[in-house]
Amino acid sequence: MTAASQPLIELRNVAFAYDRDRPVLDECCFSLLPGQRVALVGANGSGKTTLLHLIVGLLRPTAGELYAFGKTRRHEHDFHEVRQRAGLLFQEADDQLFCPTVAEDVAFGPLNLGKPRPEVRRIVADTLAALELTGYEHRVTYKLSGGEKRLVALATVLAMQPEVLLLDEPTAGLDDEATQRLVELLGRLPQAMLIASHDRAFLEETTSLTRELRAGRIFG
Amino acid sequence: MDRQYQSVPYVLQPAHGGGHGGSHAAGYIAHVDPRLRILTAAAASVLIAAAQQFAVLGAALAAAVVAWTLSGLSPRTVLKRLLPLNLVLLLLAVLLPLSTRGTPLVEFSSLSFSQEGVLLATTIALKGNAILLTLLVLLGTMDATTLGHALNHLHVPDKLTHLLLFTVRYVDVLHRESLRLRAAMRVRGFRPRVNLHTYRSYGHLVGMLLIRSFDRAERIVAAMKCRGFRGHFYLLDHFAMTRADLPFAAAAAAVLLALGLWEWA
Repeated sequence: MTAASQPLIELRNVAFAYDRDRPVLDECCFSLLPGQRVALVGANGSGKTTLLHLIVGLLRPTAGELYAFGKTRRHEHDFHEVRQRAGLLFQEADDQLFCPTVAEDVAFGPLNLGKPRPEVRRIVADTLAALELTGYEHRVTYKLSGGEKRLVALATVLAMQPEVLLLDEPTAGLDDEATQRLVELLGRLPQAMLIASHDRAFLEETTSLTRELRAGRIFG
Repeated sequence: MDRQYQSVPYVLQPAHGGGHGGSHAAGYIAHVDPRLRILTAAAASVLIAAAQQFAVLGAALAAAVVAWTLSGLSPRTVLKRLLPLNLVLLLLAVLLPLSTRGTPLVEFSSLSFSQEGVLLATTIALKGNAILLTLLVLLGTMDATTLGHALNHLHVPDKLTHLLLFTVRYVDVLHRESLRLRAAMRVRGFRPRVNLHTYRSYGHLVGMLLIRSFDRAERIVAAMKCRGFRGHFYLLDHFAMTRADLPFAAAAAAVLLALGLWEWA
């Protein structure tokens, strides 16, 4: 395999269950190559969120292997690097935005990565500008509208300068205008993406491949 | 760095304090280093609570009033906060002279109002108002987030300041969650009455709120881990003492020292 076609993320026969009797994933195989934009579809409770959480190590497989950015990842410390290189956008923005102001929230990730403050400020300004959110720096996060919250949450993920974006129901609760804005913004981003959603129209506009999660396995 | 103080609504001025970019007219006090204000407020409170002389307490109240004029807090805001305290004090002003033994001042048949009681009530009223006004002026002009950060800088344990910061952020989310649950109860015909069904339903409501908060806490920790959190909060802005803080520091120290000497020397 050449470097270009080597998967960024690969799940090899991964199994996972919240409780033993009802496995969510079973012998699940999946890979994401550089530049790919993959739609992850499946019924409610089919394990889409679980799959995304497994990739960044918030959950651990009960069987199988998880390979990300050139290494097999098993332990908490393996995932520190994965979480920086693969940014996860949570289903609910309120869970992701916990700092009082937009600027502080966007700065949280880069500060954790130990970047110097002047650089952090630049990252904050650049990220907000890229998402057309300039001027939002000192807005209070919990007073933003649903659409604004989603975009700011995306900004907090992008501020980590990830190579892969994992988006969990990015259009949930958004109106047409906010959805369209998100489509345009995502179209401009260079990252490989894995987007879990029920919104077929949105997926058609943002992704080129579709994978379906059914009975604990990936199809398509 | 100045902007940090203006980024979140102030504790006392949520209505027009939410200006983004410093549009509201905060007075001099709001620009003094928060750490200095916290230390001053703490020292003043202890001193006033311990002092016994009328003159000293009166002077402390006068100093608090002077600080108030420098704070830019409207009389309405401050009086609204002082009112509940003074209602309680009013009750004391009636009860204490009745219950304290000493030289009778006025007598109605079997009721006797003592001079000592009146003095005691006045002392408590002076102390209460002086302390509350000091706290309002020094801490009420600070947003809750800044208070949290400043406490952290003053080496208050991380856990406590994190609690404060997260409370500020999530109290509103929890409130909305409880409103949603209540609405869900109401649309199914729930009306609170004095009966077991009501108590049980409220029990479910509180239980559900607790469980949801717990789940939310887990999701927040997950989101924080995804952004590299390893147990330490880095602040984007640092506090820095400036020359503008010197007059306040000098005045506060002088007033506190003078009051202390007056009382105890």
